[in-house]
Amino acid sequence: MSIDQATVRKIASLARIAISDAEAAAMEGELNGILGWVEQLGEVDVTGVEPMTAVIPNTLRLRDDVVDADPLTGGNRRDDILANAPAPQHGFFGVPKVIE
Amino acid sequence: MTELTNLKVAEIRDGHRAGDFSAVEVAEAFNANVAGAKALNAFIVETPEHAIAAAKTADADRAAGTLKPLSGVPIGMKDLFATNGVQTTAASHMLEGFVPRYESTVSAKLWDAGCGMLGKLNLDQFAMGSSNETSYFGNVISPWKRNDGGNAALAPGGSSGGSSSAIAARLCPAATGTDTGGSIRQPAAFVGISGIKPTYGRCSRWGIVAFASSLDQAGPMARDVKDCAIMLENMAGFDPKDATSLNMAVPNWEAALSSDLKGKKVGIPREYRLEGIDPEIDAMWDAGIAMLKDAGAEVVEISLPHTKYALPTYYIIAPAEASSNLARYDGVRYGLRDLPQGAGLQDMYAATRADGFGPEVKRRIMIGTYVLSAGFYDAYYTQAQKVRTLIARDFEQAFASCDVILAPTAPSAAFGLGEKTADPLSMYLNDVFAVPASLAGLPAMSVPAALNREGLPLGLQIIGKAFDEQGVLNAGLAIEERAGFNARADKWW
Repeated sequence: MSIDQATVRKIASLARIAISDAEAAAMEGELNGILGWVEQLGEVDVTGVEPMTAVIPNTLRLRDDVVDADPLTGGNRRDDILANAPAPQHGFFGVPKVIE
Repeated sequence: MTELTNLKVAEIRDGHRAGDFSAVEVAEAFNANVAGAKALNAFIVETPEHAIAAAKTADADRAAGTLKPLSGVPIGMKDLFATNGVQTTAASHMLEGFVPRYESTVSAKLWDAGCGMLGKLNLDQFAMGSSNETSYFGNVISPWKRNDGGNAALAPGGSSGGSSSAIAARLCPAATGTDTGGSIRQPAAFVGISGIKPTYGRCSRWGIVAFASSLDQAGPMARDVKDCAIMLENMAGFDPKDATSLNMAVPNWEAALSSDLKGKKVGIPREYRLEGIDPEIDAMWDAGIAMLKDAGAEVVEISLPHTKYALPTYYIIAPAEASSNLARYDGVRYGLRDLPQGAGLQDMYAATRADGFGPEVKRRIMIGTYVLSAGFYDAYYTQAQKVRTLIARDFEQAFASCDVILAPTAPSAAFGLGEKTADPLSMYLNDVFAVPASLAGLPAMSVPAALNREGLPLGLQIIGKAFDEQGVLNAGLAIEERAGFNARADKWW
C-alpha cells in the first residue's frame, strides 16, 4: 500500500508538523520506502498470537494513598514547572488566544 | 606515574582509595582532555566545575574515611538524562536551553555514588540514529581513522556516539548510554569499547527523555567488562517513579565476575549468518566461538526463526511510541515555541514542531502517526506487536538449550560520515543484530574483539536471559581476556 502526497500532508497535520510542498514530495518517497519494507510483516502467520504488552513480566503497583509521598513527583512545585515554559503568565502556561 | 586519563574506572576508584593520587588531580586531567578535544564534538555542554566539586568531596571523604563506591571517578553523562541545573537537550533544537529542575534517577544514583560529571554528551537527536549524524549540535566524530592513509571522518555509532567517542578518546573513563535498538552496543563496537544494555526495567527511565518507552533502557559504556559491571551496579535499582522498574535487588556483579565458563552453553543463532556480509565479521564471530570454547563453554547451534522480521517490527513499534511520546513537545510547557505573527494555537503547535525537530525525528513521528492512525492500526501496529511476541518466544525457546547467545554486534565496522545518510533504510539495517534483544527486553553487551583490515574495531555481542546480566558479563570477560584487545586511536584531534 503506497501513500501519496495528500496522505503525507494528512499525516503531518495529524502529527502537528508544518511541512512545505517540497518536504511533502521528499517524504512521499522516503515514507513509501520504509512502509514498503515493513509490510513484509504481513507474511508472518500470527494466528493465535497475542500482541505483546509487557516485554518483561511485571505487575502494576499501587502506591500508598499519601499526598506528596515523593517530593520529586508531589505538588507545590509550580515555579519549578513554569521555569522552562516559553511564555508563563500569572503562574500559568501562556498560549495564544483560543476563544474569540 | 601512569597518565591519569589512561586509567579505567576500577583503577581510579582503587588508586584514589589507596592514596596514589587525589580525585582533584584526576578530574583536572580529564577536564583538560575534554577541553582539548573540541574537534570530536563529543560534548554539548562541558561541566568541569561539577567534576571538580565532586572530586573535592571525594578527597574530603577519603580523609574522613567516608568513601563512596565511585568516589573520585569522573564520568560523561549522555544528554538524554535530565540533570538538575544543567542544560538537557536530547541533542534537539526543541530542547535547546531546557534546564531541568530535577535530576534523573540514574544520574542521581551516580552522583550519590561519588561520581563527578565532566559534561553532557552529544547523541543522535532524541536518540534516533545509528551514526550520531542527526544531532542538532553537529556530528560527533570518531577518534578512529582507517589505516588507508585517507583522512575520512568516521561515525562513532549512535545514538550514544558522544559517549563512545569520548571514552575511546580518553575524555572520560566511562559514560552513561541508553539503548532502544542498539544505541549502547553499536557505538561501543564502532570505537572498541564495552557497553551493556541490562534487562528492560533494571535502570529507571525516570528523567530520561523518552523515545520508545517499551524499549528504552539505560546502561553503562566503559573500556572493559569490569568497569561496566561497576557502573551498572551504581545505575540499576528499583524506582517507584517508573511503572516498569523491576522491583529486584541489584546483584553484586563485579564481585561475581568469572571468566570460567565450564558447564555453560553458548548458543550460535544460525539466522545471524547473513548472506553477503563482510567475511571479516563472520571470521571474528568464529574467533569468538573459539574463545568461549577455550573458556570451557560448550557451543550449540540455535535457531531464532523470526530474526529477519525484527527490524521491520522495530521500525513500526519504536516510531509508534515515539510519535506518542514526542507529542508532549507543543511549545506550551517547555522547550521551543515558534509563534508566527497572528497564529492560533494549532498553527503554533505545527510551526514549533516543524522548527524544533530534525528530519529523522520528523520521519519517525510521521511513520508512527501513520501506523497508529485509524484504519491502519491493526495492519501495522497490532501485527508488529504480535510478531514481537514471536521474537521474544524465539529467545525463550533458544534459552532452553543455552545460557547465553554469541553474535556480532554490527554487520560492519564504523562507516564514514555521510555514507548512509542519503538512504534511511540502509542506516536502519546497521542495527540488524542489536534490535532483536531490544524487542525481547534481554540483557546484551558488546565487547571489542578485533581490528579489521582497515584497522577499525569490531565488536562481539553477548545476549543473555532476562535478569542474567552476570552471565552476559562473564562471557564478555572470557572474550575480553582472550581477545586481548588493547588498540586505541592515534591522537589527531
